[in-house]
Amino acid sequence: MRHLAFVTLALVLAGAGVPAASPGDMARVGPGVLRPVYAPAPGVTTVDVAAFRLDRLPVTNGEFLSFVTGHPGWRRDRVARVFAADGYLAHWAGPAELGPDVRPDQPVTRVSWFAAKAYCSARGKRLPTEAEWELAAAAGDTSPDGAAEPGFRERILAWYARPSTAELPAVGSGQPNFWGIRDLHGLVWEWVLDYNSTLVSGDSRSGKSADRLPFCGTGAFTAGDNEDYASFMRLAFRSSLEARYTTRALGFRCAGDGEVASR
Amino acid sequence: MRVMAIAAVAGLLAAGVAAAPPAAAQDHRHKAMEAALPRGDSVYALSASLVDQRGRPVGLDLFRGHPVLISMFYATCPDACPLLIADLQRIERELPPRIKADLRIVLVSVDPERDTPNALRALARARHVDESRWRLLCAHDDTVREIAALLGIKYRRLADGSFNHSSVITLLDADGVVLVREEGIGGSHSALLRSLRAAQSAPSR
Repeated sequence: MRHLAFVTLALVLAGAGVPAASPGDMARVGPGVLRPVYAPAPGVTTVDVAAFRLDRLPVTNGEFLSFVTGHPGWRRDRVARVFAADGYLAHWAGPAELGPDVRPDQPVTRVSWFAAKAYCSARGKRLPTEAEWELAAAAGDTSPDGAAEPGFRERILAWYARPSTAELPAVGSGQPNFWGIRDLHGLVWEWVLDYNSTLVSGDSRSGKSADRLPFCGTGAFTAGDNEDYASFMRLAFRSSLEARYTTRALGFRCAGDGEVASR
Repeated sequence: MRVMAIAAVAGLLAAGVAAAPPAAAQDHRHKAMEAALPRGDSVYALSASLVDQRGRPVGLDLFRGHPVLISMFYATCPDACPLLIADLQRIERELPPRIKADLRIVLVSVDPERDTPNALRALARARHVDESRWRLLCAHDDTVREIAALLGIKYRRLADGSFNHSSVITLLDADGVVLVREEGIGGSHSALLRSLRAAQSAPSR
């Protein structure tokens, strides 16, 4: 009870202007301020997020296929097993072939953190941080703070409640949010760079006895916006991941620093 | 109670959404350890540039050919990190001399900003570690994140410059394959000791 280690990120956006209309595959997001409920440290209630660039769409099977073709070390038959679990790209017909059941415009899933990171790096990009991703995902249709829009949180939770048995739709099927980013909700879960930054206390995860110190840290964890179940669930999901895991509903998109470059 | 409810939610999420829920994944990992392991299972597959406490550039595989205990820490950590070093020294003391002589110990800092080679060397001296067999390493943020990912270590930089991180000691064999992974410090480390002692009767090379 005392060392609750999940962050719930309630959003407080400060001075967010209207994002500049920008062509290309990335959009500018932020700057903004997240208010984490799992306070990262005692007395700390906000996290500043600098402006950054984010892919408008999740990475697709087609895009990942061309990456794997150019970087054969990431083919499923060649990748080091410490970098990708057995399910890595298992839905493709072959190591360098999508096959008839996998469409190039669907979001790529069954990719590990290492593979997602390598993809972004090869494109001159990087994975977004958790704070960046949450900032982008907190935006509604018309404002950077979706929680203020009627039905915003309910829509997201309704997606989480739906079993993910159906075939994944193509990327871009969702509406662009305030920042011009699509599919942050309603399509797939997404890797973030610091997926492994949420510390869950030993007694809540592994049942180990509390007299062994599971963490080094001076931070106490407290809960904040307990209405933001969706952020809470994402953090819970991330905390269950290891970098080599792959799942059929976990994809990614890339980010970059600073202003939108013309690409 | 709320914590447990949240943990349950996390478990349900992982089971419903992830192809590899935590429990199943642990089973899998366990099996993988027992099976014959191809080269792809070595953490030395990661190409990483680090610097040791004497300023020498090294790779993660600097002790290939030796069993290695590897963990992550930061030098200014007030609580758990001194205990981590003490635990590693206690493990050493409990080993037969021949096994101890072959063992190497690698500690990677999560705090590249403050843990310069000089700071790490000062710590090594202050803690009286055997520098012929111990390396305290620093690396860029991105490399630190990758090594933490490989070792299953969680960490977060706090606003005051300190860190929260999970304490995990991992035993690697001579090829960099994970043999044992122990979470938490201050315990008996019986699994690590058992595996280290077993290495004597069944050398990996």
